[in-house]
Amino acid sequence: MQSDLLQAGLYALALFTAAVPLGWYMAKVFTGSITFLAPVERLLMGAAGEHREQGWKAYAASLLLFNAVGFALLFSILMLQHRMPLNPQGFDGLTWHLALNTAISFITNTNWQSYGGETTLSHLSQMMGLTTQNFLSAASGMAVAVAVARGFAARQARYLGNFWSDMTRGTLYILLPGAIMLALLFLALGMPQTLSASVEATTLEGAKQTLSLGPVASQVAIKQLGTNGGGFFNVNSAHPFENPNAITNFLSMLAILVIPVAFTFTYGRLIGDKRQGRALFAAMGILLVAAFTALYAAERFGNPLHAAFSDPAGGNMEGKEVRFGVVNSVLWAVATTAASNGSVNAMHDSLTPLGGMVAMVNMQLGEIIYGGAGVGLTGMLLFVILTVFLAGLMVGRTPEYLGKKIESREVKLAALTLLVTPIGVLVLGAIAIATGHAQTSVQDAGPHGLSELIYVYSSATGNNGSAFAGFTANTPFHNTMLGLAMLLGRFGYIIPILAIAGSLATKTPAAATAGTFPTHGPVFITLLVLTILIVGALTFLPVLALGPIAEHVSLLLGRTF
Amino acid sequence: MSKHVSAEIGLFEPAILKTAVKQAVLKLNPKGLARNPVIFSTALVSVLATILTIREGVTGGATFWIGLQITLWLWFTVLFANFAEAVAEGRGKARADTFRATRSKGHARVLLDPANRNLWEHEEVDLLEPGEVILVEAGELIPTDGEVIEGVASVNESAITGESAPVIREAGGDRSSVTGGTSLVSDWLVIRVTARSGETFLDRMIAMVEGAKRQKTPNEIALDILLAALTLVFLLVVVTLPFYASWSGTSIPVIYLIALFVTLIPTTIGGLLSAIGIAGMDRLVKANVIAKSGRAVEAAGDIDVLLLDKTGTITFGNRMADAFEPVEGVSERELAEAAWLTSLADETPEGKSIVELAVKKFGFATPENREKLTFVPFTAQTRMSGVDLPDGRRIRKGASDAIRELVGGVHNERLEAIVRRIASAGGTPLVVAQGGTVLGVVYLKDIVKPGIRERFAELRRMGIRTVMITGDNPLTAASIAAEAGVDDFLAEATPEKKLELIRKEQAEGKLVAMCGDGSNDAPALAQADVGVAMNTGTPAAKEAGNLIDLDSDPTKLIEIVLVGKQLLISRGALTTFSIANDVAKYFAILPALFIAAYPGLGVLNLMGLASPESAILSAIIFNALVIIALIPIALKGVRYQPASASSLLARNMLIYGLGGLVVPFVGIKAIDLIVNALRLA
Repeated sequence: MQSDLLQAGLYALALFTAAVPLGWYMAKVFTGSITFLAPVERLLMGAAGEHREQGWKAYAASLLLFNAVGFALLFSILMLQHRMPLNPQGFDGLTWHLALNTAISFITNTNWQSYGGETTLSHLSQMMGLTTQNFLSAASGMAVAVAVARGFAARQARYLGNFWSDMTRGTLYILLPGAIMLALLFLALGMPQTLSASVEATTLEGAKQTLSLGPVASQVAIKQLGTNGGGFFNVNSAHPFENPNAITNFLSMLAILVIPVAFTFTYGRLIGDKRQGRALFAAMGILLVAAFTALYAAERFGNPLHAAFSDPAGGNMEGKEVRFGVVNSVLWAVATTAASNGSVNAMHDSLTPLGGMVAMVNMQLGEIIYGGAGVGLTGMLLFVILTVFLAGLMVGRTPEYLGKKIESREVKLAALTLLVTPIGVLVLGAIAIATGHAQTSVQDAGPHGLSELIYVYSSATGNNGSAFAGFTANTPFHNTMLGLAMLLGRFGYIIPILAIAGSLATKTPAAATAGTFPTHGPVFITLLVLTILIVGALTFLPVLALGPIAEHVSLLLGRTF
Repeated sequence: MSKHVSAEIGLFEPAILKTAVKQAVLKLNPKGLARNPVIFSTALVSVLATILTIREGVTGGATFWIGLQITLWLWFTVLFANFAEAVAEGRGKARADTFRATRSKGHARVLLDPANRNLWEHEEVDLLEPGEVILVEAGELIPTDGEVIEGVASVNESAITGESAPVIREAGGDRSSVTGGTSLVSDWLVIRVTARSGETFLDRMIAMVEGAKRQKTPNEIALDILLAALTLVFLLVVVTLPFYASWSGTSIPVIYLIALFVTLIPTTIGGLLSAIGIAGMDRLVKANVIAKSGRAVEAAGDIDVLLLDKTGTITFGNRMADAFEPVEGVSERELAEAAWLTSLADETPEGKSIVELAVKKFGFATPENREKLTFVPFTAQTRMSGVDLPDGRRIRKGASDAIRELVGGVHNERLEAIVRRIASAGGTPLVVAQGGTVLGVVYLKDIVKPGIRERFAELRRMGIRTVMITGDNPLTAASIAAEAGVDDFLAEATPEKKLELIRKEQAEGKLVAMCGDGSNDAPALAQADVGVAMNTGTPAAKEAGNLIDLDSDPTKLIEIVLVGKQLLISRGALTTFSIANDVAKYFAILPALFIAAYPGLGVLNLMGLASPESAILSAIIFNALVIIALIPIALKGVRYQPASASSLLARNMLIYGLGGLVVPFVGIKAIDLIVNALRLA
């Protein structure tokens, strides 16, 4: 227990230590102060042929266009991989619905995997298709956050910056160098990086076994760094080649959260008020620590029905790698669901009911506990606007954030996003049940089956991509519906927040007075956290009661399904 | 601080409540309900519940009895919300009626030729058109708003302002505006009509308090959108629930789903929102302020900078005698005695202060021949007052130019120097003359109003910066500013400088409020975010401002700010309360719905409610009753004490946020006990 907490503390410390300078660096990158790759940048921007400042609509249009083209390319590669090189295993092209699902999944930074990587995709698909989008979808999200920060801080401006430029800078100065360094580290730590398909191994019993190989290290680096999560292997980072040892595990966990955490600091610098960034860091941190505590407690306490035949001190080890143990699996589970990453090093389906619920809630809150690269921050800002609106009223002023009045238009757009998770999770889940597709895809009956269903749709809507397992998602129905959920969960937030930024940009910030309540103090942070929790609870408590909570209380009564 | 037109209207005035009950039913009209998305949704599902209950009754279904009760309480929820609005409107109407009583009917004398007061014809008041010129004589009501174009008269404006002392209204200058419903005490006035009957200030005030012309304010619209979005979220939650229940092998009666839906959507704030708005207007009217739009009231709550005229606001318009400054050849005592004599019968504060100062300095005793003194009162024409002594001496005091005229325009270098010095120090020189000789000058000094300093400190705590506007030179302005405790001042202010200052503040993103009365204030009033025009002001000023203070009291701005803030706080607090309530309602209803499927979920029944039926019924009853319980808060407004935003937020969060979490746990439990004692479920 003590060493567990020590490890968690060490992780938090390392994360913070890495995030602060990275936040500073990213702010420098996006304000154009870092130029060591200027020639490359010029070359790329010349190709894009577009340097002008963009209003929010143009910015959003560029982003949509870019993602649409990315989708078309990826979709084609996946459909046609059997006609392309670098396919040593000779895999066939994907079905239309799997290709659709996978393409959406990767352009939306979800990396939901309806397929098993090593048994479905060619090296070309993995490297040219998926890894490309791992960079670009993350860079798109970061660009959104930067544009939003500019809009929030602007003073009677019409422009939010240039999407192409932001995206290029994010890729060139942040993701690429980061991924290269991390990949080299991973390589040094024993992760494979090869274009050969597999090796033959002889097991201790003398049996022959084929071990899949491929360009693993490079893909794992960006899957973690870009809050992507799509693994090279089906079991993701539980696979010994994808996560060979304790150090790769620790580095992976750091990489999962470092950019989202750093973005809070970047934000503070971009808007010229570091306290605001720290406040968001703190609010997200409180939620993260709470999630860790809850999940850790659930797993440490374990399954009471197992008490008779397993060591209760070991906690719940089902579905966990022995080499990682409870605390590293829990830390990972929390980090990956908080950060909209989705890679796993343990099977979430085997978490205790309440432990699994924590992972679900992390995603259902809208992926704002640091969240995805860039988009986690902007998701949080939507909650900030709603909180400011309520809190601002209570101090007797028209609510304002960063000195900008929050009026009908902003409230309308922010309130609209409250509908994203109920539609993506509750409505689509209900349709799956009503049409009978849920029943045929789940592995377990009863409340755990419901958890499996809810988890999948929460993961897709939250653009998380982690799987609960135990759910057969690779069907035309679920591939399509999950594709919809992912699009909704991505653009259902991005477009409104860009519109809000566009609207706030035009306003004149008012100087703070004693009458404006500070959005960086403990009162506001508490309020923000409570707003997030209450909105989340009010939306999901009924279904959680029927899923994980019902399973938990039944477990306590000795009832299984 | 303000003089109230009508008496305080009690919160539970029986007459108002009686009408409100009737109104609550009439307001079920779908057209009216549709204005309020939350209550409209409630009404819609109430209709659905009614149909379901009737069907249950016909088919003898098992949930008939409980369904019937739920349906009734659903309708009560709608009715209670209507009732809240009706009470607020009723209180407004009651106030409006007192105004309406003063509205003049009958005929007005319309001059056929504005230059000839003897050529007129009767015309019905209701038919008066702007631009027509009417004659009003002593003892008559002024039929409508207008501008005096000829004559000087004293007007009793108590109908509007509650102030019984008549005020002077005259052509030209800043006192030319008259209000319909006021009456002439003396003389006559020729008035050019500026407002059609039904569009006068009085009418606007009536419409405003009755809520008839009430438009949703920007912030109210924003809040409405948020509430509508929450309603949609809960609709999705409830509509999808049967599918998840079916997965769990249980089914939920539709009537229970309806109950869950209505308890979750923010009916509390939805039901009280318009009442809060109307009550805010009502409070403003009670303070004798007419808002031309609700927007202005809301903006008042946001004010960052308050521009206040020095005279009459920060200092007494009436100045106090500070020194006697004789001209050459006159002793201070001589001057003091003369000034003292002229002021013996002078009841103005200035006059009294002269007597006080003279007695203090030279100990004059009341003369025995006082009754033989003939006092000459101050008039607007002569602009001086004085006394005629039995020995024929005629002593006068007055403005320097008036006295100069009196003494025949004799230039007195020494006098001019004194007058200039006093004026430049921010004081008012009052020249005293005996016969044709000037004796000297009484130095009248600005005195800062007691308590104003504290008021400014209060404003500072609210984050509002006060700027004093004065025509004084910077030196004087600085000394008075320091004495009054304002944050800043604008000296030697001209209308242009005022306008420039407002623009500068606004460019920094600040909201500026100011008050003014003169025509030259009009541009600044129009430019300011909140412009309070004095009712005594010119029509141009009143047109430019977005609020009109009937008492013409410039410090009223402070009260207006408070009303605006209270309005927003009430909305925010009740919204928070409403949403926080949902947590307890979930804990009441969810175990009730799911316990059949998973008996273990009984642990969520934190309140230990007796049965699923009673739990649901108790939650819906609580949900309806809380609207009634909160009507007084909606009408009176959440208590507001100037404090920093952080402490206000913490306080209100504690009361309405935490309170909103805890109260329903207690309330629902209590109702559950009663429901079970009465065997209702």
